[in-house]
Formats: sequence, structure tokens, C-alpha cells
Amino acid sequence: MTLAPSSDSLAVGAETTARRPADGARKRPRRTSIGYVFVAGYALLMLAFGVGPSLYAFYLSLTDVDGGFAGLSNFDRVLSDYRFWPAVQHVTLYLLIWLLALVLLVVVLALLVHALAARRTSTTLRFVYYLPGALAGASSVLLWLFVLDPTASPVGWLLRLMGMDSFVQVISPSHLPVIFAVIAFWTGAGGWIVIMYGALNNVSNDVIAAARIDGANAVQIALHIQLPMLRKWIAYMGVMSLAAGTQLFVEPQLLSQASNAVVPNDYSLNQLAYQYAFQQNDFNGAAAISLILLLVALLLSWVFVTRGGLFEKE
Amino acid sequence: MTVTALSSPHASLERRRPDLTGWSTRVIAAVVLVVFALFFAVPIVWLLLAVTKSSHSLVTANPFSVGSWTELRANWDQLFGFQDGAVTRWIGNSALYTLGALAITLAASIPAGYALALTEFRLRKALLALTLVVMLIPSTALVLPVFLELNAVGLIGTPLAVILPMSFFPFGVYLTYIYFSTSVPQDLLAAARIDGCSEWQVFLRIALPLATPIVALVAFFSFVQNWNNFFLPYIMLPSSDGYPIQVGLTSLLSATPAFNPSSAGSDSVQLPTLALATVVSILPVLIVFLFSQRFLVEGMTAGGTKE
Repeated sequence: MTLAPSSDSLAVGAETTARRPADGARKRPRRTSIGYVFVAGYALLMLAFGVGPSLYAFYLSLTDVDGGFAGLSNFDRVLSDYRFWPAVQHVTLYLLIWLLALVLLVVVLALLVHALAARRTSTTLRFVYYLPGALAGASSVLLWLFVLDPTASPVGWLLRLMGMDSFVQVISPSHLPVIFAVIAFWTGAGGWIVIMYGALNNVSNDVIAAARIDGANAVQIALHIQLPMLRKWIAYMGVMSLAAGTQLFVEPQLLSQASNAVVPNDYSLNQLAYQYAFQQNDFNGAAAISLILLLVALLLSWVFVTRGGLFEKE
Repeated sequence: MTVTALSSPHASLERRRPDLTGWSTRVIAAVVLVVFALFFAVPIVWLLLAVTKSSHSLVTANPFSVGSWTELRANWDQLFGFQDGAVTRWIGNSALYTLGALAITLAASIPAGYALALTEFRLRKALLALTLVVMLIPSTALVLPVFLELNAVGLIGTPLAVILPMSFFPFGVYLTYIYFSTSVPQDLLAAARIDGCSEWQVFLRIALPLATPIVALVAFFSFVQNWNNFFLPYIMLPSSDGYPIQVGLTSLLSATPAFNPSSAGSDSVQLPTLALATVVSILPVLIVFLFSQRFLVEGMTAGGTKE
């Protein structure tokens, strides 16, 4: 999934904030014009590729083909499209499975790796978990096409054991949310495990030692000391993954192509927006769908910035 | 035993500890760790072996057997012979887009992060807040809106249609901002100014040399993200001549009879060749990952291991 690396990388900034010293008292230099020169390039890019497109999509979503004001008719058309609500349902189901697995397994694996006494083993394991992150986008989907095709798959016996003998059986519609969740987990989980591991290192050894002397066992320490310390990070992972997951596109798009449309090409919302733009030449409808998706992402991001507590806003 | 345990809570605690961190817990923990290590590693190992096999032995032989050098050569020739060397062109395109975006990203975001952290200007806080919000939006959310915008100005199909949007990298600005505001003392810059440095000299001679690690980190993330980007070029570049390798993979996929029965023709692609294409497409990122593992893990957990 294309989004995994970006969400991993986001956390770096966040981690760094955590160690930011309290320097609110530091004096800022007086206002000069040089600041404008330094931010000019970035500000232009922000206007052209952040603010501009959002406003233009907003404008398109409220107008018709000839540029006249259309009220909410574009949204009305999109929302009553017979493909819209099934797509919402597909994405929701996928998100439920993926987020549940992600939170549960990432936390458990991070705790287990962190509890390992042997440093070497721990480093190696983290690297093995993390490596699939190098395969994102089309590459990881292509690899999973092989894994899911019983004739070539390295785990063909497992697929057959579960009663699936052909590729078409494996990718039957009811399996898709699980399949997409597995692919997303495979590519993205390692990065989060590394981040959680880093956060666990922040828990002071004295606290753990004290708990141990008081008779707490490993499970109790995990539940009562380590988990509360991870809460912010888990929330961060959840919100970022939720926002990224709503954007599902590459996986169903390639699977649709590889299966002769056994997987429909309007499976996810982004695919539907793509269909509007490229098959129906309905840019206003496409703008309406992408605006809905953008608003969801903005809302999640805003809630996180203001409530999450991981980022300083000054 | 039970008697002592009941009579003395301390004794019971003493005994319980080795029991719960004892062998059964350890075995369960080890099994979980190994199962997931296999889950993450097996597909990659299999992929690296698959490229050394013929399409016949890929299906019939043990999945983890090693093929032969000749087969690898044959797969290689088939891949790079595909549509008169399309794969070479796609890799070249990927390099052009990624490196072009990298250059603009660095030129725009390093000074911007510096200005946000160490200078004062109107709208500074607004720009910072906007950066934070946009950085947390998945980049795909803006792809269709950017397409609609660039379509209106007639840039679709040109390299700029992918390079420019890829160069907009708020996360890089944020990283640089954090670095400059935590690691570069304001006094140092003030001293340089007193010694007669102009604002440009302060940035180029004092701040930039101190920022080498963050420049490397921003470059790394920008490269990895853009090399792997699929959705943006898929939408912006309608012609196969302009594809980066990630999008080129879809052409190879549709020429593979195993996944597209109607494609059995002269220029068709066999499964091991498709596997080789997958490996080739991620090779640059994989190499960067392997060589920067240390730096990467340190970067990702910066602060986490200290304190």
C-alpha cells in the first residue's frame, strides 16, 4: 500500500517532538523579511498542490459541466449511485478487520520483541518485520498475487487446506476484506512495531524493576505499565491507518485487472472516483467523491492535531 | 508447598515469578515471534528464489528450491526484451521523477523548515498549522483534486505533472522545523550575524552544515515514498512511454497469461519474469533500506531510545 511508508515516516517527526525540550521561553528574533524568501518555494508548492487542488475540487463539486452553479446535485448523484454504498461497505469492513488486527498484533509483537533478552535476536526480528515496508504500492500487490495463486504460491498447501484450489476461489468477494487487510498488514505493520518498540524503550527500567519486586508478572507489567504508556502511539497508529485505509485503491485495482474483473473495478471509493473521472468523464462527480474522502481525512487529521497531544502546535 | 504458599504471601510471589516467566510462556512467545517472522519473510524469500526458475519449475518444483543461473538469464532477457526495452525506459522514468522531485523537495523544504523554526514572519503560525494538518492527510487524498487542477491547466502527461506534486512534502518541512528548533541554538546564529554574516551566509555556512543528518533523512523518505508511488503517476501519465516502473508493472501484469488469459501472444510474460519485474521494481528501495537500516531505525525511534 502506498500509504504505509508515509504513515511510518510521519511518526519520526512525532517521536522527535517527544524529546523537544521546553523552550517556549526562548526569544524569537524580530520580524524580518528574510523569512519570506526562505519559505517562498514551499509556500508556492503548498498553494499549488495543497490548498489549490482542494479549493478547485470544492468548486467543481458545486458546479455542472458548463461551470454553472449546481448546488448539491453532484453529491446527490454520487450518493444515489448504486455503486457508492457497496463501496463504503467494502472499505468499512476492510478497515474494521485491518485496524483490529493491526492494533492487537502490533502491540503484542512489540511487547514480545521488547521482552527479548538477546539484543541480536531482537534487532534481527525487528528488521525482518520491517523489511516488507520496502515493497509498497504495485510491487507488494504483485507479490501477493503470486502468494494467493495456489498453483505458484509458496503456501499453496495452506490455501488448499482451507479449501481453495484456484486463484478465483481465493479472491472470491467475501474473502477480499481479509486479503486486503493481510496485504496492508504485511507491508505496514513492521514500521509500527519499530515505532512501538522505540516508545517502549522510553518506559524507565526502574519502574519495571519496582513493579517486578512488588510481584507483578510480565503480563501484569504489560497491561498496567507498558500499555498505558503506549496509548498515545496506539491512537496515532489507529487514526493514521484509518485515514490511509479509506483511500484504498492499488490493491483492488490490480486485483481487478488480474482476475478479469472477478474483483469489480469499483470496489473502493477511490476506484469509484477514478471511474467517474476516466470512464464517465464526469469530473464534477469525481470531485464530489474525492471531496468527501478529503473531508474525512482532514477531519481525522484535525482531531488528531488538536486532541492527540503528540504534536506541538505552539 | 501449597501450605507454605498459603501461609506466606511472599513465598507465593517468589514462586509465581519464575513460573510465569518460565518455559511455557517463553515457548508461546517464541512461537508467536517465529510465526510472524515467517509471515513477513517467506513471501520475500520465495520471490527472490522464483526469479531463478522456469515457469514450469515454478509450479512443479519445491517452492523453496533454487533454480539455475541460465533460467535467471532467460527471465532477465525476457523482461528487458518486453516491448523493445520498455522496462529500461520505465526505470529511467522512475529515476527522473524521483530524483527531480527529490531535488525540488530539498531546495524547498530545508530553507522552509529553517525559516519556520528560526525566523519570524507574518503567517508563520498559520503555515505551520497548515503543514501539520496536510502532513497527516494521506497523500492519495489529494491525487484526484491535483489531477483535476493540472488537467485544467493542461499539464497532464508531462513529467512535471508527477514531479511537482511529488515535490510538495510537508512532512519534510516538519522534520526540518523540529530539527532546527531543537538542535540549533539561536545564539550561535546571532553570533554569526554580529560577526557580519548576511542572512544567506548564516543559513548556508552555519545552519545548513549542522543540518546534514536531517537533509539525509528527508531525502531518504522522499525517495522511498516517490519511488513507490503508484496512484499519482497512474492517473497523471496516460501514455506507456511516460510510466514509472511501478505503473509499468500493470502493463507486465496484463501481458501475463496466468492472470490475463486473453494475453497469450508473442509478447507475453511468464510468471518468473513477472516475479523478476517485481524484484527489479523495488531494488533501489531495497538497497537503500539495507544500507541505511541502522540510520533508519535510529531515525524512526529518535528520542525513543534516549531520555
